[in-house]
Amino acid sequence: MDSMNGIILSIILLAPLVGAAITLLLPEKGKLPAIVALITGLFTFVCTLHLPAHFNSGASGFQFVQDFTWISNPNIHYHLGVDGLSLWLVVLTGLLAPIGVLASWSSVKERSKVFYALFLVQQTAMLGVFVSLDLMLYYGFWELSLVPMAILIAMYGRNLTENSGPKAALRFFLYTFIPSAPLLVAILWLYAKTGSFDFATLQAAIGTHAFSTAALCWLAFAFLIAFAVKVPVLGLHGWLPDVFSEAPVAMAMVVAGKLGLYSLIRFHVGLFPVQARQAAPWMIALATIGILYGACLALVQKDFWKVLAYGTIASLSFCTLGIYGFTLAGLDGAVLQTINEGVIGAALFVLLGALYERFGTSTIANYGGLAKKTPALATLFVITGLALVGLPLFNGFVGEFLVLSSTFTGVSKGWAAAGTVGVILSAAYLLSLVQKIFYGPESQAVIAYPGKDLGFREQLVLWYLALIMLGIGICPNILLNGIESGVQQAAGYPTLSEQMKSNASSFVVIAQEISKGGK
Amino acid sequence: MNTALQSVPDIYRILPEVILTLTGVWIMLMDAAMKPSKSRRSLGWVGAFGVTAALYASLGQLSMPAGTAFFGTVQTDAFSVFFHVLICGIVLVALLLSLDTLPANQHHRGEYFALMVFGAVGMCLLTSAVELLVVFIALEISSISTYVLAGYRKNTGKGPEAAIKYFLLGSFATGFLLYGVAMIFGATGTTQINDIAALIPVAKSPSLVLIAFALLMVGILFKVSAAPFHVWTPDVYEGAPSPVVALMSTAPKAAAFALLIRLVYGGFPTLKPMWLPLLWAVAVLSMTVGNLAALRQENVKRMLAYSSIAHAGYLLAAFAGAGTSGIAAAAFYTAAYSAMNVGIFAVITVASGYDEKLPLIGDFRGLIHRAPLLGGLMLFFLISLIGIPFTGGFFGKFFSFTTASQGGAIWLPLIGLLNSGLAAAYYLKLVVSVAQAPSSNAPVAPKPQIGVAVGTALAFATIATLVLGIAPGQVLGAAKASAQTFATTISSIK
Repeated sequence: MDSMNGIILSIILLAPLVGAAITLLLPEKGKLPAIVALITGLFTFVCTLHLPAHFNSGASGFQFVQDFTWISNPNIHYHLGVDGLSLWLVVLTGLLAPIGVLASWSSVKERSKVFYALFLVQQTAMLGVFVSLDLMLYYGFWELSLVPMAILIAMYGRNLTENSGPKAALRFFLYTFIPSAPLLVAILWLYAKTGSFDFATLQAAIGTHAFSTAALCWLAFAFLIAFAVKVPVLGLHGWLPDVFSEAPVAMAMVVAGKLGLYSLIRFHVGLFPVQARQAAPWMIALATIGILYGACLALVQKDFWKVLAYGTIASLSFCTLGIYGFTLAGLDGAVLQTINEGVIGAALFVLLGALYERFGTSTIANYGGLAKKTPALATLFVITGLALVGLPLFNGFVGEFLVLSSTFTGVSKGWAAAGTVGVILSAAYLLSLVQKIFYGPESQAVIAYPGKDLGFREQLVLWYLALIMLGIGICPNILLNGIESGVQQAAGYPTLSEQMKSNASSFVVIAQEISKGGK
Repeated sequence: MNTALQSVPDIYRILPEVILTLTGVWIMLMDAAMKPSKSRRSLGWVGAFGVTAALYASLGQLSMPAGTAFFGTVQTDAFSVFFHVLICGIVLVALLLSLDTLPANQHHRGEYFALMVFGAVGMCLLTSAVELLVVFIALEISSISTYVLAGYRKNTGKGPEAAIKYFLLGSFATGFLLYGVAMIFGATGTTQINDIAALIPVAKSPSLVLIAFALLMVGILFKVSAAPFHVWTPDVYEGAPSPVVALMSTAPKAAAFALLIRLVYGGFPTLKPMWLPLLWAVAVLSMTVGNLAALRQENVKRMLAYSSIAHAGYLLAAFAGAGTSGIAAAAFYTAAYSAMNVGIFAVITVASGYDEKLPLIGDFRGLIHRAPLLGGLMLFFLISLIGIPFTGGFFGKFFSFTTASQGGAIWLPLIGLLNSGLAAAYYLKLVVSVAQAPSSNAPVAPKPQIGVAVGTALAFATIATLVLGIAPGQVLGAAKASAQTFATTISSIK
């Protein structure tokens, strides 16, 4: 199997595309498109598992590298590779593909050919983002990832109100597309100066102070904004609630988080270590406020998609907090938490999607006392919820613990305290959601409901995800070993971390104020 | 070198134009000879065949050494061949498109095919002419055909309006051009583009050269519909039949861009400090005006008309590039723009028909649900127009802006890309309209039929857009080779 190492990444990228082409060519008969997509997704997932099986976590640098010239002038390479940072994100993407198909199994009834073809193209785009080491190739996949998403939201939006699906699609696309214009300009500027789009070459060129400080500041800012929108970081999150309410489940579970967070670590922190540390105080402040803001807003939402949206803002802010603390443990925690968020978010989307499919409403007030009728749904919801709030033995605990403890020791006690309040709030919104939907007096809709619990397909997906949550929670080191080798470089620069601390200390005062004021 | 020049008979240098002319004449004669009741469909195939032959003849010119013919009035080189192939390709697609979509009982259907082919003669000649009077004649041949074609829907109000507007404004523009030619002759004593460069430094009156150059620019920028000479575009596109817009929004523009490149790099390289800021200003103005105006349009063809103004702006940004890279980027952009624009108008023609049943953005609602293939293609071309990677539109913009930033004007890509963000907003209106579920109370439009000819046309445009986006190497190589034509004159720029 080692002979596969040289081409495995290309196989992973091509498999969904081939699947998409097959889906389009086959007739739209019954579940045929879904079956093809499921087989493709499973195949891709198995291929991604090849990576951790053959990954050498002792070695530094990129593995499974493929590099040949795509276009000679301008000098664009088809350059792929994986390191500890992207390794598990690729696996996560592979894992979520069959789950996305199963989640759409019964909800997508019309035009399923188009749906699954675009779904698979989206897989290629996301996988491409994680494995591209040529900035132009990376940008290509980054932009490409917007297109199927926007079209699918427009085509299969829930249309809660008149035209709200297309509006969410427009908003999502423009929010991400416009900030990527400065990103492309920054990439072009770097190319004009260095003649290369290669990640390592550019990293070296920036590291040897080939550019003026002012120029680097602008470049880093352009990179930061483009990625921060995609995460989304607080203040740039305007697209998220709409998309969560409107997007089909399989799309919504991959739209936020991992792409933006990965890009922040790889390209913002990785290419511009000095500028990233200058931006760190701001990012930490935004992240902490984001945790509190997201959790507080989730607490008062009337619609469960909105609860999930603001909850996601809070949990993604944990990741941002971990990244910009620049401690090894924090970055480990951030990457792990990104993966956790992917798994838990997927489970929550499947659960809420199951509710929406059965009752046709996302208003929480229409539910109540559902636990008696659907015990399996309630059980799985509680398990997922506990993983999200960070109960020990679950994956959420490890990630949050790493981030908060490293923030406490490495950045500032005040921010860490504020973040911890966020954890409590997240427990509050989730438990209150569980309470309102599954317990208490039965609502009209629930009384009228014939009482069909989760089907086999849904149970399979959810227990599987629950097992993964538990697995990561019990032995996180399987993931952390690899992750650590990938983020070491980002956490490096000891001289800078001193400077960071002095920067951060001025923020401690503010932090303390906020954490006091927050109570 | 001179012996090599003379070894090629002059006629080979204009072989594509000769083939096209003969085809056009043949169609016209056959049209007159045929019974009025007989279908003119075969004449369209004759036209398509002639255009294909011309395309191959142009490719054959690549094997000849670059050189002039007919007393230095036309020049074939890699540059002219690049644009010949492009224009013949566009006209071929437009002819195939018209074959299936022109109503069968339409009068003067034969004439229509002949006009398209005659237009191609003018456009092709425009890209190889190096004598300003031949340039003028070529421009007139191409323009007059398009004036007539623009007004082809005689029984609608908008058709004649489009033709008259286009004709009046276009005549003024060519008038400006002719004035420019006269003045450049007065200043330098020649109308040979290749000789002008050497004569400008010794011109009797430098200010006359500048005025002449400005007048020439007005004429050409009108033809490429760059702001501020763009006002005719939306009205004409709205009034003209869609297959004609597919042609006239691309081929005459490609020819005019070829002329612009030949003129500024071949004839006036020494004035670069003058024309570069001018073209930058026009580029920024075109992008901004085009995109802002397009945002407010509800009519699909008007929206695409404004978007084509913006695309002219993106293309002009390439002129900032140093050396020949700018020319290569501009040539590539022309190809990419033509492929996707012909494509989208082809889709519109099929979906909305010759008599335009679907004029508004909202009318396209649910197209992908009604006709998945057509809707999918429409989304594909729109994505390319937005400039998403792995489509021709992306690499066009990418090369244009790369050369601009290498030429030291980093603000130009910044404005350009922010503009393409703006452009995404209105393209997306159409994207979501096509993608969203059809409204329940909308009148049911008949399912569009895709015949053999139209299918071929759509396939050509799709494959071209895709190839330019995934493997642009070969076309880019051809564009670079064509740019080498101007290597010597460019090196004279200080």
